[in-house]
Amino acid sequence: MPVSQQSLSRSINATLRRVPAWPIYIIGAAWAGWLFYLGLTGGLGPEPINALERRYGEVALQLLVAGLFVTPLRTWTGVNLVKFRRALGLTAFFYVLAHFLVWAVLDLRSLARIGEEIVKRPYITIGFAAFLLLIPLALTSNNISIKRLGAATWRKLHRLTYPAVLLGAIHYIWLVKGYPIEPFIYAAVIVGLLLVRLRWTRLRSATA
Amino acid sequence: MAHRWKNDLTPNEVTPKGLWLNRRAMMAGLGAAAVTGAMPASRASAQALEPNTLEEISSYNNFYEFGWNKTDPADHAHAMVTSPWSISIDGMVDRPGTYTLEQLLEGLDIEERIYRFRCVEAWSMVVPWNGVELADVLAKAGVQSSARFVAFETTVQPDVMPGVRGRIIPFPYVEGLRLDEAQHPLTMLATGIYGDPMPKQNGAPIRLVVPWKYGFKSIKSIVRITLTDEQPPTTWNRLNAREYGFYSNVNPTVDHPRWSQASERKIGGGLFARRQDTLMFNGYEDQVASLYAGMDLREDY
Ligand code: HEM
Repeated sequence: MPVSQQSLSRSINATLRRVPAWPIYIIGAAWAGWLFYLGLTGGLGPEPINALERRYGEVALQLLVAGLFVTPLRTWTGVNLVKFRRALGLTAFFYVLAHFLVWAVLDLRSLARIGEEIVKRPYITIGFAAFLLLIPLALTSNNISIKRLGAATWRKLHRLTYPAVLLGAIHYIWLVKGYPIEPFIYAAVIVGLLLVRLRWTRLRSATA
Repeated sequence: MAHRWKNDLTPNEVTPKGLWLNRRAMMAGLGAAAVTGAMPASRASAQALEPNTLEEISSYNNFYEFGWNKTDPADHAHAMVTSPWSISIDGMVDRPGTYTLEQLLEGLDIEERIYRFRCVEAWSMVVPWNGVELADVLAKAGVQSSARFVAFETTVQPDVMPGVRGRIIPFPYVEGLRLDEAQHPLTMLATGIYGDPMPKQNGAPIRLVVPWKYGFKSIKSIVRITLTDEQPPTTWNRLNAREYGFYSNVNPTVDHPRWSQASERKIGGGLFARRQDTLMFNGYEDQVASLYAGMDLREDY
């Protein structure tokens, strides 16, 4: 890393140290509430259930991708966003949960139908699998759990993020009609971010 | 001429009073003009048909020439050129040629038909269309006895159609019907909604409406009609034959490979509206089931 860039990232990091992470939760919750309010009042068009389902799903995926960027950003530029990662991850989970609840409670409204869809529709199965993978991660995203599990085990557990995000991307590609570009862009970015990690792991084990 | 089918609306279900009176007057008019062979309103019709508002009908559309999103047509279609308009009718007809919109409609009564509209994506609307029966328009061109299918084509105006410029699916959009489906009294060419000219995002100035089939069969902004003896290619079938069949009749017992077709969400119900059950042939079973007698609807989806 050139010296000038190093000093730039150092001053950015100094500023970031003074920015708290908690506003991410507030903004995340407020945005979800605002979208719900829009749905109630016609702001999401005449089909608000599907619109809300889609908006929550999209934000969930965006936040998951943002979480994946934290480490490479530090490696490449030195900018350190690690302190925000838990908030990004938990807010992402909150959106996945909201996404799931809109589908289950507002859209399908029947346990039998929910079960049937999860079993019969591959894109739902995949989304649901991603959701399940994220549950233990959400439950252990706190300091007590890190202590109890030990940092190494905790880190291993949280590698479940990778398959979860990948499944989220496949879920998106699988559900669209035709071939719009967005789901493929998400998938490409996600695969890229995972490949980068694979290379690091290889480099690390080669130099170990 | 026409009036072979009566609206199966139960008038007291229509909410706005003004509209209600209007409709009743119109229905009375229909009754008086009914010709022999008029179809009785079906049994499924006892069910209330509350039309969607014009705002709903014209703000939630699939018209891929303008983009992928439901709001793209309303955002972009205003720039589509719809006047003057003509349709070229060719193939197995006695009088092939280019017919202006006026020529196509001349001598035909514009009727109001309140139809259910069911999208393959499992949402639905109820639309008060204005238009004429396709059969009457085809008769003007003189269908030859060798014809077995009708092919349709949508206008292509790249300058004003972002989806066409982006080639998001192959254009021109093409659709087709078997001749007996095309000549069925329920099948219409619509030129308006709620008595107003067709909104551009809904397929101005003239579009097909086949109420017992999934919405994508009801091709918009038609510029060409071809009578042929071979089953014509259709856009979504070409894109994904396993998911979108040539027939694409509304059928709650045959699921789309990726989602259920057993139920649908009626547009406009808000966040807390329940899904409703999808009806066989979208509620027009009594009128159209005979077209498919002996066919395996699982095979010919
Ligand atoms: C990590 C988990 C998940 C992610 C990241 C995710 C993401 C997405 C995205 C990005 C969309 C499309 C949004 C758009 O079109 O703009 C979507 C749609 C959808 N998702 Fe998910 N999803 C997840 C889990 C689930 C789960 C658990 C379910 C239900 C069991 C589900 C059901 C749906 C449905 C029904 C749609 C809409 C399909 C349609 O409009 O036809 N998703 N999801």
